[in-house]
Amino acid sequence: MSLTPHHLQLNQQGQLRHFLTIEGLSRELLTELLDTADSFLEVGERAVKKVPLLRGKTVCNVFFENSTRTRTTFELAAKRLSADVLNLNISTSSTSKGETLYDTLQNLEAMAADMFVVRHGDSGAAHFIAERVCPDVAVINAGDGNHAHPTQAMLDMLTIRRHRGDFENLSVAIVGDILHSRVARSNMLALKTLGCPDIRVIAPRTLLPEGIDQYGVRVFNDLRVGLRDVDVVIMLRLQKERMQSGLLPSESEFYKLYGLTRETLALAKPDALVMHPGPINRGVEIESEVADGPQSVILKQVTYGIAVRMAVMSMAMTGQTTQRQLNQEAN
Amino acid sequence: MRLTIEGARVIDPASQFDEITDLHIAAGHILALGAAPEGFSPNQRIDARGLIACPGLVDLNVSLREPGYSRKGSIASETRAAAAGGVTTLCCPPDSRPVLDTPAVAELILDRSQAAGNARVLPIGALTKGLEGEQLSELVALRDAGCVAFTQGLRPMGSNRILRRALEYAATFGLTIIFTPQDADLAEGGMAHEGPTASRLGLVGIPESAETVALARDLLLIEQTGVRAHFSGLTSARAMDMLADAQARGLPVTADVAAYQLLLCDEDLTGFSSQLHVMPPLRSADDRRALRQAVQSGVVQAIASHHQPHEAEAKRVPFAASAPGISSVEILLPLTMTLVADGLLEMPAALSRVTTGPAAALGLSAGQLSLGGAADITLFDPAQACEIGRNWLSRGANCPFIGKGAPVAVTHTLYGGKLVYQTH
Amino acid sequence: MSTLPAVDSLLSSMADQLRAHLDARQISDPAFVGIHTGGVWVADALHAAVAPEAPMGTLDIAFYRDDFEQHGLPQRVRPSELPFGVDDRHIILVDDVLMTGRTIRAALNELFDYGRPASVTLVTLIDVDARQLPIRADILGATLALTEGQRVKLTGPAPLHLTLTDAATN
Repeated sequence: MSLTPHHLQLNQQGQLRHFLTIEGLSRELLTELLDTADSFLEVGERAVKKVPLLRGKTVCNVFFENSTRTRTTFELAAKRLSADVLNLNISTSSTSKGETLYDTLQNLEAMAADMFVVRHGDSGAAHFIAERVCPDVAVINAGDGNHAHPTQAMLDMLTIRRHRGDFENLSVAIVGDILHSRVARSNMLALKTLGCPDIRVIAPRTLLPEGIDQYGVRVFNDLRVGLRDVDVVIMLRLQKERMQSGLLPSESEFYKLYGLTRETLALAKPDALVMHPGPINRGVEIESEVADGPQSVILKQVTYGIAVRMAVMSMAMTGQTTQRQLNQEAN
Repeated sequence: MRLTIEGARVIDPASQFDEITDLHIAAGHILALGAAPEGFSPNQRIDARGLIACPGLVDLNVSLREPGYSRKGSIASETRAAAAGGVTTLCCPPDSRPVLDTPAVAELILDRSQAAGNARVLPIGALTKGLEGEQLSELVALRDAGCVAFTQGLRPMGSNRILRRALEYAATFGLTIIFTPQDADLAEGGMAHEGPTASRLGLVGIPESAETVALARDLLLIEQTGVRAHFSGLTSARAMDMLADAQARGLPVTADVAAYQLLLCDEDLTGFSSQLHVMPPLRSADDRRALRQAVQSGVVQAIASHHQPHEAEAKRVPFAASAPGISSVEILLPLTMTLVADGLLEMPAALSRVTTGPAAALGLSAGQLSLGGAADITLFDPAQACEIGRNWLSRGANCPFIGKGAPVAVTHTLYGGKLVYQTH
Repeated sequence: MSTLPAVDSLLSSMADQLRAHLDARQISDPAFVGIHTGGVWVADALHAAVAPEAPMGTLDIAFYRDDFEQHGLPQRVRPSELPFGVDDRHIILVDDVLMTGRTIRAALNELFDYGRPASVTLVTLIDVDARQLPIRADILGATLALTEGQRVKLTGPAPLHLTLTDAATN
């Protein structure tokens, strides 16, 4: 059962008009996204790394949570589509003066923003904006609370597809703090939709959410069992706060049990991919030599991230434009 | 003012009366049932053929938002909404601003309620000063000022020792304590039932054990102190088992559940709708089934609205930032009647859950039709479906049922013999 | 309605024209660029016939179309691929059907984002004389006059073959 109402992300013709969550999107749509992203990858290799698709459009990066990395890749992606970019770091501005999220975004819409890229600490914030605030402005979810980070999931999928081929034959392990990870949730959904038959999550019970089996994954508490013969390892970042709230005793115990080292990586297939959404905590979830090693595609993920975000933005803009036309025709 | 209600099916669950007959009212009291008394001629007649007449509903948990939260509601607006819902007696919780921990606040509420004249308001006092959980309020003074029971709501007590002593003190004077068990530490940061839905939505969960751990502690202290106790707003199947066990062991504890908890569950949280953000949270479908069974069997003898109106801005934010609560006093009867439509309860039993059941739980003299008693009567049409929200009176429109159909419609509400609500 | 010419004979004539053009301009080292999808087939044929050692690339102009606002992204987008440097290069740009000229404009825009060519020679199989922009082919197979609503399409890759569709079947 999809918890996202269908009309929200898709227009009447089933095209993407907001990108909020992997949930409810078909395998065909996700594949189309990956194919489009492939084309945009090529753009990044030219002298002029731009295409004029979004020329004259204004993309607003509305970040309520600090994130230089994600914001920069979205900014780059928008600029490579020739869009004008506005960056708003709301942590410091009007909402601290009491202006509501609702009013902040309505003001931006009034200033003729064509697209919002939103990162917010509350799960459901992107949904709220797409549904209640600005249904006619494309909303791209750059991460909402613990709920979803769909562009990260798609760039992870692109990475896997480019380096390992079709999902139908793969075994993928996601390791670490699944409970607090929007990346993990979106990745599990994406892998499932794209037909990956063996999705594994590896974590201690304190870092696993209730009802994890609903994602159709196999759960392992033992890294050394869970990693056996996998094709892809996705390591998640462990935040320091987890030690304070009694979920884990210490970083060193976590590293001993769940850290990806040369020794534990050797349990996976010899050419297994090492991935991480970043930023990495060397010596906490991953050994430096592994992060920098020959099997690591962590830096490539960043490049793919730009192409994926270009694809998402173009497709969502297309979906909004088409819906606008359909609305006009109906009137 | 002399009034005759003609031809209604009169149901009084307390006396198991269920007959089509006439009701005669004078000077705010029920004068006679059946034939009019010798020489009685009414000023007004209500043709109630096809309607059901029952005692005015008794709602044990209705937030009036006054004093202190005027954007969300007032005594006048919310008692008017209650009257439209057929509620003639309601209890308001102490979480006003200032908190209801002094007789002055109780008097203010009673004065304003009387001036509004829409329903009988019986305040629930704060168990501790400011609801801070440390110092006992002047419970006896509050009782004398009109408080019918006392509660901490969802706020934690400073320690188990403080709780035990508060219960002992209340027991000394035969005062009733209302419990809404939720362990603050287990529930910390949570806003939805800890389960697959909350995990999927990335919402921090409140485990069932937050309720049951606190409930277990409360039951043991109730047993130890012998205090009169009522549980309000339980949500889990496990809690229902624990409640039934306690009752079977002879502990005289009573309970009510929120009407919306009987209809909604966490699977309804699609699209992060803040309209479904309530505290304690909506739990699983299995929990809902257990609540419904407990209402059916009478382990839970009362259904309350847990009415919490909010201004639009409080809900026009992402789920996690929204204020919890549903505005629902005006649909207490229709929501309860869905249980009859579903075949869970017969009409008289369903009515008892919102009349004599809640009244008996707190020892209130209300919720009955008795000769010489107050003419608090609700008339409704059991065959008239209506659209919820068509004439919404509460200041808070935060109700997920607005726009949906209701199986019954309140036609008249009499409070002390006065017609305080009538459909047009 | 005009009769459709045979593609093979058009290609043969175009190859001759192209050889003459390259000689006249003294271009010894051209690069071929075909526009997806039909232009690539035509380019393949000419490339093989005229200068098989020359490099060849393909362009998908999806990101340069001027109707994104009206139609959004087309359903299928393929990557463009130019496996040679564009700077100072003599480009032979090949398409199947020249109609309004907007595809060629988009292709030129895209080419120039790769680098600065020394020259661009436009080669098209068919011109349907419906230009909306001042663009003309340097080397042309044939001109076709179409009636209202008619479209001509190159099917392939083997055999290459022209077909006409009219508004009813479009």
